[in-house]
Amino acid sequence: MRNRHLILIAVALSVIAFAGVAFAASADDFKVALAKAEAADKQAYAFKNQWTTTEDDLKKAKAAAAAGKFDDAVKLAQQAEALANASIVQAKEQEKLWTEAVIR
Amino acid sequence: MLRRIITAVAIVVGTAQPLLADNAVNPQADFKAFRKYFTERFPKVPLNDFVNGPYSMDAGLRKQWIAIDAFPPYEFAVDKGKQMFAKPFKNGKTLADCFANKGIGIRQDYPKFDAKSGQVITLEVAVNECLEANGEKPLNYNKDDMAAVTAYMAFTSRGKPFDIKIPNDPRALTAYKKGEEYFYTRRGQLNFSCASCHVQNPGNHIRTEVLAPALGITAALPIYRSAWGGMGTTTRRLRSCNSQVRGLPLAGGDELYRDVEYYLSYMANGLPISGPGARP
Repeated sequence: MRNRHLILIAVALSVIAFAGVAFAASADDFKVALAKAEAADKQAYAFKNQWTTTEDDLKKAKAAAAAGKFDDAVKLAQQAEALANASIVQAKEQEKLWTEAVIR
Repeated sequence: MLRRIITAVAIVVGTAQPLLADNAVNPQADFKAFRKYFTERFPKVPLNDFVNGPYSMDAGLRKQWIAIDAFPPYEFAVDKGKQMFAKPFKNGKTLADCFANKGIGIRQDYPKFDAKSGQVITLEVAVNECLEANGEKPLNYNKDDMAAVTAYMAFTSRGKPFDIKIPNDPRALTAYKKGEEYFYTRRGQLNFSCASCHVQNPGNHIRTEVLAPALGITAALPIYRSAWGGMGTTTRRLRSCNSQVRGLPLAGGDELYRDVEYYLSYMANGLPISGPGARP
């Protein structure tokens, strides 16, 4: 009975202890996030439709990684990837939609 | 069975025709529609005044421009361009040697389609091609010397009507169509096209600026812009528009910049060259 209580307390304490702690990103995590962002940006380049905000975030991500701030670096790289993907969607949509704005 | 095949072919042909018609390139019809749109939307603006951009739209701004033009801010660029035009290259030739009529009064013929390269040649591209062909370094497409040379060439062409030709060459028609597509395509994080400002909103304000109409918009280039504190070329104007909507600008001389200038200048056919211009 006593052992059961002790186990329960130990489990509860470990849950509380880990609840507020996010696992820190590593250099490898950044490499993966950056590769994804750069691949999406390359695709946006092929459409000649890169956004300045994507480029800004990529630069900031690399700077954060260089400073050893991998949490920030990963977050920025993921943001750059999302922006690059949005610019690709825009470019694809506009391939057809632009004609609707033409003066006729 | 044969009947079914005939019916199927008829359906395919019947549905394909409208698509073909939509994709057909017809610069003359586009020109008419473009001209009609602006003249009907701004019936009080004399046709030739559209080349004055925001000043054709806003009386207060026009007054300021007339005052500014007493001492034109682009004058230094014109003088510098004149000197550069006459200065011999290392091989003894000059910029003037590369152009018809020694480069005087010819700005209205650019951009032109070059059948040899199959590309659109803007005045800026022609200047750099001339330099490179003579063993000289090409100029920066954005400002300074390029703006000076083209300012001088525009100045000697003032009042001459745009005379842009689109030959019956599929490559020229494709370039024209690409230019039209670039003009109407939304881009950048702000999701604006060139047309969002210059077709849908000329005369309206975007922040403190009065938007210029697309009709005749290339006639005043290059320009002195107070916002830049200096001269800028057509390339700079396009690059700046891209950045303002958070789109990454293309490189100077990019095919799409050439094509969009081709499209817009063709739309301005018959309107007078007013460059170099001065803008807020």
